[in-house]
Amino acid sequence: MAKAELLQAPSPPLDWKYAPSRESTDIVSLNERYGLFIGGAFRAPLSKKYFPTINPATEKPLAEVAEAGEKDVNRAVKAARSAYDDSWGSMPGKERAKYLFRIARMVQERSRELAVLETMDGGKPIKESRDVDLPLVAAHFFYYAGWADKLEYAFPGLDPKPLGVAGQVIPWNFPMMMLAWKVAPALATGNTVVLKPAETTPLSALTFAALAAEAGLPPGVLNVITGAGATGSSLVNHPDVDKVAFTGSTAVGKLIRNSLAGTGKKVTLELGGKAAHVIFDDAPIDQAIEGVINGIFFNQGHVCCAGSRLFVQESIHDRFVDKLKRRLSTLRVGDPLDKNTDVGAINSAEQLAKISELVEIGRAEGAEMFQPDCVLPRNGFFFRPTLFTGVSQSHRIAQEEIFGPVLSIMSFRTPEEAIEKANNTPYGLSAGVWTSKGSRILWMADRLQAGVVWANTYNKFDPASPFGGYKESGFGREGGRHGLLAYLQGIS
Amino acid sequence: MSRLDVRKTYKLYINGEFPRSESGRTYPALDSDGEVLARVALASRKDLREAVRAARTAQAKWAERSGYNRGQILYRIAEIMEDRRATFEEQLEDGGATAVRARTEVANSIDRMVWYAGWADKFSQVFGNLNPVAGPFFNISAPEPTGVVGVIAPRAPSLLGLVSRLAPVIVSGNAAVVLASETQPMPAITFAEVLESSDVPPGVVNVLTGSQSELAPWLADHMDVNAIDLAGADDHLRLRIEQGAVHNVKRLIGTDGNLDGQSPYLIAAFTETKTVWHPKGL
Repeated sequence: MAKAELLQAPSPPLDWKYAPSRESTDIVSLNERYGLFIGGAFRAPLSKKYFPTINPATEKPLAEVAEAGEKDVNRAVKAARSAYDDSWGSMPGKERAKYLFRIARMVQERSRELAVLETMDGGKPIKESRDVDLPLVAAHFFYYAGWADKLEYAFPGLDPKPLGVAGQVIPWNFPMMMLAWKVAPALATGNTVVLKPAETTPLSALTFAALAAEAGLPPGVLNVITGAGATGSSLVNHPDVDKVAFTGSTAVGKLIRNSLAGTGKKVTLELGGKAAHVIFDDAPIDQAIEGVINGIFFNQGHVCCAGSRLFVQESIHDRFVDKLKRRLSTLRVGDPLDKNTDVGAINSAEQLAKISELVEIGRAEGAEMFQPDCVLPRNGFFFRPTLFTGVSQSHRIAQEEIFGPVLSIMSFRTPEEAIEKANNTPYGLSAGVWTSKGSRILWMADRLQAGVVWANTYNKFDPASPFGGYKESGFGREGGRHGLLAYLQGIS
Repeated sequence: MSRLDVRKTYKLYINGEFPRSESGRTYPALDSDGEVLARVALASRKDLREAVRAARTAQAKWAERSGYNRGQILYRIAEIMEDRRATFEEQLEDGGATAVRARTEVANSIDRMVWYAGWADKFSQVFGNLNPVAGPFFNISAPEPTGVVGVIAPRAPSLLGLVSRLAPVIVSGNAAVVLASETQPMPAITFAEVLESSDVPPGVVNVLTGSQSELAPWLADHMDVNAIDLAGADDHLRLRIEQGAVHNVKRLIGTDGNLDGQSPYLIAAFTETKTVWHPKGL
């Protein structure tokens, strides 16, 4: 059969019609204003400052939250220190475990409410916050709860001791999940926490803090302070913080590391990524298409491990791209609260501007852009699922993290070439590979410089599975037995 | 008539060879009485770059070797060290150690190398996991070498410190650029000669003598160095290394003041955990 016959012309997009299926927001009750959660209660900020948090899908304000100033940070760290000294640091592991188990169960109990809240404040599709984020939050607490009284079995020969007060700064892409990834292992190992959620997504963390108090967690064990970069900076630089855990951009991670030089604080960083997603010609194509779609459009591409660089073996490149374009055209973009929505709102106007800017650069640099002809809501921050073909490795859209629903497609001929191109990045958080050949999967997995390799799947997460980067994607692991080490004294 | 002894020229060890510093610079290595023992090479920034390049080239192949093979090569290092005991002891005594202390340090250094040799085909089992994820997936985590590692060797103990910090770096498959003890460089040079005759592939370990405070900042700023062991650095140098390490997110180990201990967690510290997922199904 001639090759040309294999290449089918793309058929016209199917006319999918979906009736609106909007998740009710009645389950969520919001306060007009939130204080800082310090020492077991919400307190008005000493800074006296508040800022609004909006729904990015409507641009309407949801509530006002406090902006923690230096004095507030100090208060929160003090509360965490007292809790560490007075109760949590010396509490038997089996008691700590029960608090965490209780929290896990309460999260399950209220998971719908929290999922809706997460979608309202952050813009992610309800089907993701409901089916991915919240189940993983509960699972994470449940997993680490069980470690709390078994730490001496986790690391043979090491005497497991907590570090003290952990200052944790988390991003806006998975607000509650990142909270769980940070808070659960920190508490399980006997540390106390001051957590700063991102300024655009503070509500789920504040609601979680109240839930933890309801669970009876001793005052000061978990403190949640809201604010922007300045608040985060005060927190990580506070002299009484023993451990800093940060997830966010590589640029901010470097700033934090620089400011901590010479302080002796223990640091873990989970930074950016520009993951390679490699498709061989013997891959199960339809599954691979779904993997690629999930890899880059999950959570609007606001994912540090997003498969944003697609490498397709040359022999199937055109056919694969055609299929991908057709699939892109069936994605439902819009109201995040609609249960049918695949791609929700971009988290903020600022992020939308960044994505738009890089996409413009991609076009200016000569890559060919494709976007499906979908209607975007009039209000809110939205961006069409986008792919670029004809991308070269030196293009900025092949080098820089876009953190949005934008895929850069390149090709390769041999496995060696795929590896060389895949590893041609300062990042090393994750990678994907699709092929039917078992030995090739293992060969590729050995050579891909990435902390997580998804083979014939993508964007899978589990509390038992360590996650974290090589190279400039950071260091330290979150999840699994490995995730405990970041919060214990040991070799440093 | 007494025989005139043949003196050795003390040079750098880069990519399996013993070049002089490209800069032509040397500095006097002194014994504990302040007498000049010999002139040794004062490595330059360019020497350092050459060493990093050699390490980068050698690293992937070294990591690809089996743990069994790397273990045998580390054991071979210990064998040749045993042969060179007298030289090491003499050099440590020149540095001020008593005969008894010198003998003990050399013996401990050799034993330490043997201890790490045995880890080569075991640390992955201790630090790796099959992860019980909630879904039909095979999910495994295993440590891989971080890449090119700079080692700021402690000033003293000049041999045991060097071996204790270097062995855990290379046993997992990293390649190293060592900044030798500035005040007592002789044992490091002898150690390089041991490496050269121990089946250690060229470039896997590179040893630079010279000024640590001159070389370490360049090592810290180098974008193709993945990690630094700064156990041997003083506080001032440590701060500078921490600042330089920011540029490419280098891993920094050796802040706990332990200069000559042994631990498998030190091996783990110079590895990256890679987790691989694959679906299960028919």
